[in-house]
Amino acid sequence: MAHWIEPHPTGIYVRPADAWIDPSQPQERALVTHGHADHARGGHGHVWATRETLAIMALRYGTASGTAVGYGEEIRLGGVTIRYVPAGHVLGSAQIILDHAGERVVVTGDYKRRPDPTCLPFEPVPCDIFVTEATFGLPVFHHPDTGSEMDRLLHALHANPDRCVLVGAYALGKAQRVICELRARGHHDPIYIHGALERMCALYADFGVDMGKLRGATGVPAKEMRGAIVLAPPSALNDRWSRRLPDPIAAMASGWMRVRQRARQRNVELPLVISDHADWDELTDTIREVAPSETWITHGREEALLHWCMTHQYRARALALVGREDEEDG
Amino acid sequence: MRAFSQLLDGLVYTRSRNGKLALIAAYMRAAPDPDRGWALAALTGNLDLKAVKASVIGEMIRARVDPVLFEMSRDYVGDLAETVALLWPRAHDEPAELDDGSLSLSGVIDRLHNVSRAAAPDALAQMMDHLDASGRFALLKLATGGLRVGISARLAKTGFAQAFGLDVDDVEQVWHALAPPYAALFDWAEGRSPRPDPEGTPYFRPFMLAHPLEADSVDLADYAAEWKWDGIRIQIVGTGPKHGGETRLYSRGGDDITGSFPEIAQAFTGHAVLDGELLVKGEFQGGEAASFNALQQRLGRKAVSAKMMADYPAFVRLYDLLIEGDDDLRALPWEQRRTRLEAYMAQLSPDRFDLSAVIDAPDFEALADIRAGARDAAIEGIMLKRRDSPYVAGRKAALWYKWKRDPLTADCVMMYAQRGHGKRSSFYSDYTFGCWTADGELLPVGKAYSGFTDEELKWLDRFVRQNTVARFGPVREVEKTLVLEVAFDSIHDSKRHKSGLAMRFPRIARIRKDKPAAEADRIEGLKRLVS
Repeated sequence: MAHWIEPHPTGIYVRPADAWIDPSQPQERALVTHGHADHARGGHGHVWATRETLAIMALRYGTASGTAVGYGEEIRLGGVTIRYVPAGHVLGSAQIILDHAGERVVVTGDYKRRPDPTCLPFEPVPCDIFVTEATFGLPVFHHPDTGSEMDRLLHALHANPDRCVLVGAYALGKAQRVICELRARGHHDPIYIHGALERMCALYADFGVDMGKLRGATGVPAKEMRGAIVLAPPSALNDRWSRRLPDPIAAMASGWMRVRQRARQRNVELPLVISDHADWDELTDTIREVAPSETWITHGREEALLHWCMTHQYRARALALVGREDEEDG
Repeated sequence: MRAFSQLLDGLVYTRSRNGKLALIAAYMRAAPDPDRGWALAALTGNLDLKAVKASVIGEMIRARVDPVLFEMSRDYVGDLAETVALLWPRAHDEPAELDDGSLSLSGVIDRLHNVSRAAAPDALAQMMDHLDASGRFALLKLATGGLRVGISARLAKTGFAQAFGLDVDDVEQVWHALAPPYAALFDWAEGRSPRPDPEGTPYFRPFMLAHPLEADSVDLADYAAEWKWDGIRIQIVGTGPKHGGETRLYSRGGDDITGSFPEIAQAFTGHAVLDGELLVKGEFQGGEAASFNALQQRLGRKAVSAKMMADYPAFVRLYDLLIEGDDDLRALPWEQRRTRLEAYMAQLSPDRFDLSAVIDAPDFEALADIRAGARDAAIEGIMLKRRDSPYVAGRKAALWYKWKRDPLTADCVMMYAQRGHGKRSSFYSDYTFGCWTADGELLPVGKAYSGFTDEELKWLDRFVRQNTVARFGPVREVEKTLVLEVAFDSIHDSKRHKSGLAMRFPRIARIRKDKPAAEADRIEGLKRLVS
């Protein structure tokens, strides 16, 4: 007998609610975990998401229709009780908790367990079926302490007063988190940002995330940015956009930076291992903590996590979802 | 250990030569003795501990981590040492990865030097527990004997020289008189003792180089003409039986390449310093020198198989004699050195050494004709040497000239472009270009990243961006509409490319905006130029 919740290549279908979770194709009813492009798409009929995620989707796709669901608030759709709880990934990110027929399913979307000044921390919810990501699902991925990575960034900045440090950071989440972490460590100089980050930073500010003094990097004379931190999307790191900067030190904030060749391929001089995803220990610890009777692995290096589950007496299966895992979203 | 592992990381991530030199120099100034001496040994390839084999490292990690997860990780990461460094389980009571500072580089090296093969895995494991991922990576690289951080020995020595305001050639001269951890070298560098005496050691002497000939002619009464052979410049330094009979081979940059050409080093037992061109014998040329293409099979190898040596036998065509026995000839006029060299040949094995002939021409015009008629694959052009010139380091005006063969050219169509490195890293500056087959297919024939002006580069960069049809990682495929006139020194058969051709020194001569792509050259035409 088919289960009431069905994985498909294009998303997870919740049959009694006739709704899709993070569908990659336009659907009539969509439950969206967070605003990253591989989870939130335009063109759905009706969207249920947190207020923050709806605002992000409106900014990116111009979609207006949607029902805001507060963290912890319960809604009911076709006999399924649905709750959004914090996933700790980016502003507005949520795990979707579904209760139906005496069974609980948790769909994490993307998540992390490290503190992030821009969003609420991940809340573990014990469940029967745990649907988890596996972006960094290999035991080589261990994200170091965020503080030590920020110290390396500030050290490079102060050691090179005539240059700037150009940090490649994903436009939604990573960029704002890096800025807040810098502020928390007492760096209060203006931070220059690429045009592609401006609207998202403004949205974060609207939701009360204080990022201090931000300035557009476009049109600023190179001289003025000496000794400053500049943030840009990863695609701009080696692009002609960076020619305007004063001898930039190319940095990148991403979990992929743990592996040398990954950093070298991107011509990164200062790799910063800062990730918005769970690392290997966090993935496995979280499975132990929520103790599901079955684990579904959506995307990433699912093979290794699947193997771990099998060898630790957790039933598990890998779902082949399409269009997931944007390399830049590390 | 931390300072050393940070240095290795920095050298991996820093692209620019100056940046790497600055990192090495800063380390050499700051690190304590004898750590920095061991680091210098490791960076120059003079530390070959080989305390454990790669297979032992594999066994160590399989005993600690699920072997399936290890294999998956290794597939993903690629490098064994890096995989193990990242996977190494932390001690249970330790919350974060930490280099606890209890291990010094010299402590690690002492231990690896002294440990027995059987005890090595345990000793290594114990040390791994005190390091972070970077430190473990450095340790594993040291223990397996191959640092491979992408810098040459010469660069490491240059960084060392820069740290203490020394001339790298002065460092080079004393280098082979010293052994790791180079206490005497640091004592000299920091003014605590006089310069070590290199007497009796096979050290490198800087090469004499040539300027391109720009004048229309020179007077052959003043200049001697020789062929310029297309191999690699090599210096042979032998200490002779009196000083242990050691022979070393150096490349133009001063890197020790003895290991790549053992048959040459073994064949030379004299006490002398010679300058020549390393070539391989070509099977199709009656045992004459083969093209550079053949020599390339032998380059960049740390160890050489017997088969390589048999298939691509190396020999040296000698140009000059710098030192014979205890006589330093470098201040003598070229003519006198040449006479000494010709006399010296008698004691060398003709299998491995021959003399670069002087070209006999009555006047410059006749020489120009000889040059124009030269089609030997291994000839790059003509050298003009002032008959009274001493042998001096570097390029000195009016002493030696190189007069290269006129380049060949072909009109090719740009096919792919890739971003350059360093200050060009944001420009599409590396171009792959092709020529037409008889069936109207475009096949790549070469790749060039020089020859254009800064203005032309900007124009080419814009062309690439506006005419991209597909992307493959860092590579862009472009509309096949732009004709580039490509200049190259020679062209050879090659199995590596689909077109069956490989160019030597291709560079962009002109951008032919005026020429339709369909009128670019054909592969057939290029094949007629093969030498």
